[in-house]
This record gives sequence, structure tokens and C-alpha cells, in this order.
Amino acid sequence: MTQKVSEIAWNGVWKQNTGLVQILGLCPILAVSTSFVNGVSLALATIVVMALSNAVVSALRQYIPYEIRIPVFILIIAALVTVLDLAFNAWLHSLYVVLGIFVPLIVTNCIVLARVEAFAAKNGVLASTIDGVAMGVGLLLVLGLLGGARELIGTGALFNGIDMIIPGASAWQILPPDYPGFLLAMLPPGAFVALACLIAGKSWLDARAAARQATASKPDTLPNANMA
Amino acid sequence: MSEPVATEPTALRISVSTAIIMALFTLIFTALMAGTYLATRDTIARSAQAQKLVLINEVLDPKSYDNNLLKDVLTLASTPELGLPRGGQVWRARKGGQAIGLVIEANAPDGYSGKIGIIVAVLADGSVGGVRVTEHRETPGLGDYIDPAKDKNKAAPWIAQFAGQSPATLPLAQWKLKKDGGEFSYRTGATISARAVTAAVARAVSYVHTHHAQLYAEGNTP
Repeated sequence: MTQKVSEIAWNGVWKQNTGLVQILGLCPILAVSTSFVNGVSLALATIVVMALSNAVVSALRQYIPYEIRIPVFILIIAALVTVLDLAFNAWLHSLYVVLGIFVPLIVTNCIVLARVEAFAAKNGVLASTIDGVAMGVGLLLVLGLLGGARELIGTGALFNGIDMIIPGASAWQILPPDYPGFLLAMLPPGAFVALACLIAGKSWLDARAAARQATASKPDTLPNANMA
Repeated sequence: MSEPVATEPTALRISVSTAIIMALFTLIFTALMAGTYLATRDTIARSAQAQKLVLINEVLDPKSYDNNLLKDVLTLASTPELGLPRGGQVWRARKGGQAIGLVIEANAPDGYSGKIGIIVAVLADGSVGGVRVTEHRETPGLGDYIDPAKDKNKAAPWIAQFAGQSPATLPLAQWKLKKDGGEFSYRTGATISARAVTAAVARAVSYVHTHHAQLYAEGNTP
């Protein structure tokens, strides 16, 4: 293994986060992040597909000629998504009812192809599987935050539709029940604004961490030297 | 390139060998998909049937009839009036041989993301027993309120307003959204889905009205 597990995981979840740094797969991110449950459901299905496609491509990488790798990758991803879609429908039907329309969408998610091309085609099966899961978890964080924020601002409640996953559970009304709703948050432009805020937030956290590190490595600097 | 020019493969040879590899991958992964399809086909068909009965029970009170509804099926040939170019099914509910109502399949071809499948229960007196969406691809969180499972207003889901409506009290010309001069409400920001479903319900009710005797006739084909 060329990279350490913790390094691969940190890359996927934070440093190379698909939604906030690579800005890949915007189509599903913007389309399904209208609620927390929708966003997290798609992310969970994507984690499964990314782990599987990375593992399969990595296992078969020496048999795939470089020149036709992209059609072969797409073939593998599309076949895996089809198999998963059928398997969900047959054996996890209640989950299929929730995820149903999202699963085929994963084929068109360029995050999957990007990781297969950038990582799985060059690394071992275990490392590739971990990379797929880590990238998926990074996506899960973004979709959860984005979905939650848009839902809260748009409808005043959180966890709409949770009863489809946990029967009997119901949405949490966070803002006063007479909150009129804010349609912009539910529409695609609102998704762009919310995503921009998340990207800005991550950059701010990174900048703060970098500044701290710079201060820590120069112990003779005055504590407020970076205020200048 | 250190190899002699004479052994350099031609474009044709490269194409053929690459195509063979591509074909092998296609064969393997198509076999994988076909195998999964065969392994899951029966389970999926069974759960689709079970789900259909659940939906039928939602639009038509299961205590109101005593026949085996899933067996008393009329299979329609291509019926463009209902948006069913490949045909559809009608389940007939009877009690002691008397017509109680029927549940008819219909499609709204003009949803925001393509076809919306619905079932409509039309009681023997012509009124609507209920409507449910059986399949749709409307935008999650926006147009998908046509499916009561996704409707945020659980107390009064959008689709419930059709139940009890009858062409006898509300002329079919009025079966439109309020925005279009009709009687049915819709949610701001997602009119297309609601408009498509409302029009499909109106078409189904009108179809049952004109083909009443034919639809209740015994046998499995009209």
C-alpha cells in the first residue's frame, strides 16, 4: 500500500472532499439536497457504489488496457449500479422505496468515475475500497449539512421523511410552526448559495488551522503577531 | 519506440484486439446484470403485487367488497385516453355480485420529469374513492408532494382532495387547478406535477363514466 489508511481517509473526508474541494458531482448534490433525509440517503447509496466500483476496478486494473479504460470503467460502474438497484428492489424493498429514484442517478455522478480513474486504477483493492468509502463519507457530510440547512431555512423543520427510514419517527419543527418558509432555499439557486457558504466555511477553518500552525512553529512570535 | 517499424501493429490490429477486450468486458458485466435480474425477478414481481394491493386498499375500503379483487382484473388494450399506450389494468370490486367500484390505472404523460403513474378508484355512483401515485420521478422535496408518503402535510395530503369528488356535483370541465380556473389546490413552486395528476384523474373519471357497463362486464378482456 503506497498511502496510509488514515491519510486516504483524511483525504476523502476533508482535504480532497468531493463536494467542497473537488466540486465534483454538483448535479446530484444540488438536486437532492432539498432535505436532510434525501441528501443522506443518496450519500449512503453512493458510498456503497463507490466502495464496490473502486474495489472491482482495482482488482481488474491489470486487464484493462489504458486506451479503453474510460468505456470499461463506465461499463463497470453502470453494471454495478444496475445490480445494486435490482438487489435493493428485491431484498431491501423499504429502503428501495426511499432511495429508488436516486440509485440510477449515481451512474451519472462523476465522483465515482473520478475516483476510479484517479485512485482505483493505480492502487490496491484494500486501499481503493477505503478511498471509495472515505470519499463517500465526505460526500455524506456535505449532503447532510447542505440538506439540513436548506430544509431548515426552506421549511422551518428538520428530518422530513424520516418516517420512511425509521417508522414512527417524525420531523422536528425547529422554527415556529407559523414560519412561512423560504422558497429560495428549496430551489436550485438556494443550493448554490448554501454550497458556497459551506465552501467558504471550510476555507475559513483551513486558513485558521494553517495560521495556528504557523504561530505554533514560531514560538518566539508574539501571540497577536498575526493580527498586524 | 525502440522496436523495429516492421513489427509495429497496424491500426486495424489494434482496433480488433481492443474491440475483443471491450467485448469480453461487456459480456462479463452483461452476464452479471442478467444473472441479478433473473435472481431478483420473482421477488420484485411479488413485492410489486403486494405494493399494488396496499395502494388499492388505500383508495378503496377493503371491507366494502367481498370478491378477490386481484383476480377480478380487466386487462385493457392500448388506451391512449388514459395515457396507457401499452394497455393497463382495471380491478373490479363487487359485493354479492353487485358492482361496488373499480380501480383503474392511468398515466399522466406530462409530469415535470416524464410519466406519472396513478391509480384511481371510481365508485359505482361515479364519485372518486381515492387517488394514489404509483410511480413518478418528480423533483424530491418540490414536486413529489403528489405522493402522500413524500407530502409534508401529513394531516391533509394534496392527493386527498380528489376523494369524494364526483362529476355529478363538480362538472368535469372544473377538474383543473385553481390557477387554471378549476377547483383543485396546488403548492407554490411545483404546479406542473399537480396539473398533470389532476388532468389524468379527470380523464380516468371521464373514461369510466363513458365505458361503465363495459368495464364491469364479466371476463378478463373488454
